[in-house]
Amino acid sequence: MKTPTLLLALAALATLVGCSRSRDTIKVGEYASLTGKEAGFGQTSHHGVVLAIEEINAAGGVLGKQLELVFEDNQTKPGESATAAKKLLSREKVVALIGEVSSGRSLEAAPIAQAAKIPMIAPAATNAKVTQVGNYIFRVCFIDPFQGTVMAKFAKDDLKAKKVAILSSVSNAYSLGLAKYFKETFVPAGGVVAAEKNFSEGDKDFRAQLTAVKAANVDAVFVPGYYTESALIVRQARELGLKMPFFGGDGWEDEQLLNIGGEALNGCFYSTHFSPENTDAAVAKFVAKYKGRWNGEVPGAFSALGYDAVYVLADAIKRAGTTDGPKLRDALAATKNFAGASGVTTLDQDRNASKPATIIALKGGKATFYKTVAP
Amino acid sequence: MTTQSESLNSQLSTPLSEFLQQLLNGLSLGAIYALIALGYTMVYGVLRFINFAHSDVFMVGAFIGYYAGKLVPENTIWGGLVVLALSMLGCAVLGMTIERLAYRPLRGAATLNVLITAIGVSLLLEYSGQVFFGAAPRTFPAIFPVKNFSVGGLVISTNQLSVIVVAALLMVALQFIVHRTKIGTAMRAVSLNPKAAQLVGINIDVVISFTFGLGSALAAAGGILYALNYPSIDPLMGVMPGLKAFVAAVLGGIGNIPGAALGGLILGTVETFVNGSQWSTYKDAIAFAILIIIMLFRPAGLLGKFTVEKV
Repeated sequence: MKTPTLLLALAALATLVGCSRSRDTIKVGEYASLTGKEAGFGQTSHHGVVLAIEEINAAGGVLGKQLELVFEDNQTKPGESATAAKKLLSREKVVALIGEVSSGRSLEAAPIAQAAKIPMIAPAATNAKVTQVGNYIFRVCFIDPFQGTVMAKFAKDDLKAKKVAILSSVSNAYSLGLAKYFKETFVPAGGVVAAEKNFSEGDKDFRAQLTAVKAANVDAVFVPGYYTESALIVRQARELGLKMPFFGGDGWEDEQLLNIGGEALNGCFYSTHFSPENTDAAVAKFVAKYKGRWNGEVPGAFSALGYDAVYVLADAIKRAGTTDGPKLRDALAATKNFAGASGVTTLDQDRNASKPATIIALKGGKATFYKTVAP
Repeated sequence: MTTQSESLNSQLSTPLSEFLQQLLNGLSLGAIYALIALGYTMVYGVLRFINFAHSDVFMVGAFIGYYAGKLVPENTIWGGLVVLALSMLGCAVLGMTIERLAYRPLRGAATLNVLITAIGVSLLLEYSGQVFFGAAPRTFPAIFPVKNFSVGGLVISTNQLSVIVVAALLMVALQFIVHRTKIGTAMRAVSLNPKAAQLVGINIDVVISFTFGLGSALAAAGGILYALNYPSIDPLMGVMPGLKAFVAAVLGGIGNIPGAALGGLILGTVETFVNGSQWSTYKDAIAFAILIIIMLFRPAGLLGKFTVEKV
């Protein structure tokens, strides 16, 4: 007879603790690829998110309450983001979702947030379709129609390329979208796409596609993929004797790119959201704080965007005066001229931000700032 | 790495040199499939079950190479060979341990039980790999010196060549072991009839242990060669190549050693040619469609012998 009483007492205690905790904190949910193939995306954005939450709490929190981060790892696996979002919404009762860097995984969670009428802010999902899921889905980065245009102009004006090849990933919404927008600018401007080849996520052998690209004799190759595949592509291309520049989008952004690709990446470029070399005061301040928090780790674009996503959310909660879903949504939609680490965020009627793109040049095993393109 | 192939950019690839280049790409990929397929086929030949953990032994092989590669100087032939030997040895021990702990207690049980155990061991290796090695991909060191030669419009990398050469040497060695040595004769005897083999004094446990060790060592070699060509390794890297190698083994006739080699080479070459064509999206679909077609016309595989099962 003793055990049930003890269990009951424990259960009652647990409920009490649970209640008291949920009363004085605001729960923010985050899902990210903290492990797996694209762990680099999840880790950097997560570090930015954690830093922002800690700063806000140190400064007294929001509406007199502390922010509590509840995060889930989707292991870079298809399907896991939806599970994580459901868990965060139904069990943890978070007031908003932060995630993801990848467009494909953001698209998995977005319908769930939309149905629950809980706002979701994607730090770096650039595919146009993400925010089209519904009026509760936001992002704090530019979108691929812009990024595709920037890279098409860059190819034409800076690389002086007339004939290019495109290698895109068929199982990736981001990659296909970016390839499409690139073509839409590059071809009307007089450029020729001489070869278009596909690969799948997780592929390691690209020699077949690259041999076909070599036969097409192009000036440059556009690879709108993620860093894991892109680094191997460039490496194998150099082994096959292809010497032209390769260039990609923000999916290339991770230190693993250079770890895998090494010297093969010399003379390659990619567009992204942010450069830690930017001398802007806000950026320098963010870089210093970030390095202090994460043992000298240099922040990447997704660190800055994760950081900004949290601040944009905190700002909206303050203006809404509540964490109630619909009201918070309206406040988020009204975000204007919000200065953050990745630039100024203004959300348009499609809930997208428009920000400058940064082009990074890869030289001597290092990523260096090349130029900024205004929207 | 790039300086070796200077004359290339100027030369426009002719259709013939493009064809030869793709053939070379395909053969080097196929050689790796063949090495993994040999392990599947050997275990099947002796025990009549598919060891699904084999593709994860392949992964462990690459990881042993990754850690051993840090102990020896990079870009030396002897260092590379030491790494290769260490990895093959480590995986042979791993394969024998798996057999001893997971499969031997089930010997004589229904095939389905063993099969499900094999899937369990496979998942155990994959996810303990994520715990011990971490889930993020790692960069495999360049343990062998790399050079690129150009012949006409054709670029040959020493990595691709060494894959084909090492695979061929190992296959010849395997053929020799199976057909010319005492233990090989015992393996074939166990494969033919385990009870009769026991009756003539063959120690079945030793033979099966040896088969697992040999197959796992080949998987380790495959893992190292794969990692040299595609230097990004992670705990789930064995899944796709493992599946392809399994298909290769079935394609060539499961249980048949030259069949596994042939199946691997066919699959690798077909995959590469499809990849280089406009149908690259359907790469895996076409590879598996070929399997289905061959199975329809030759149910025992290309080199397999169809046997009627007696009830």
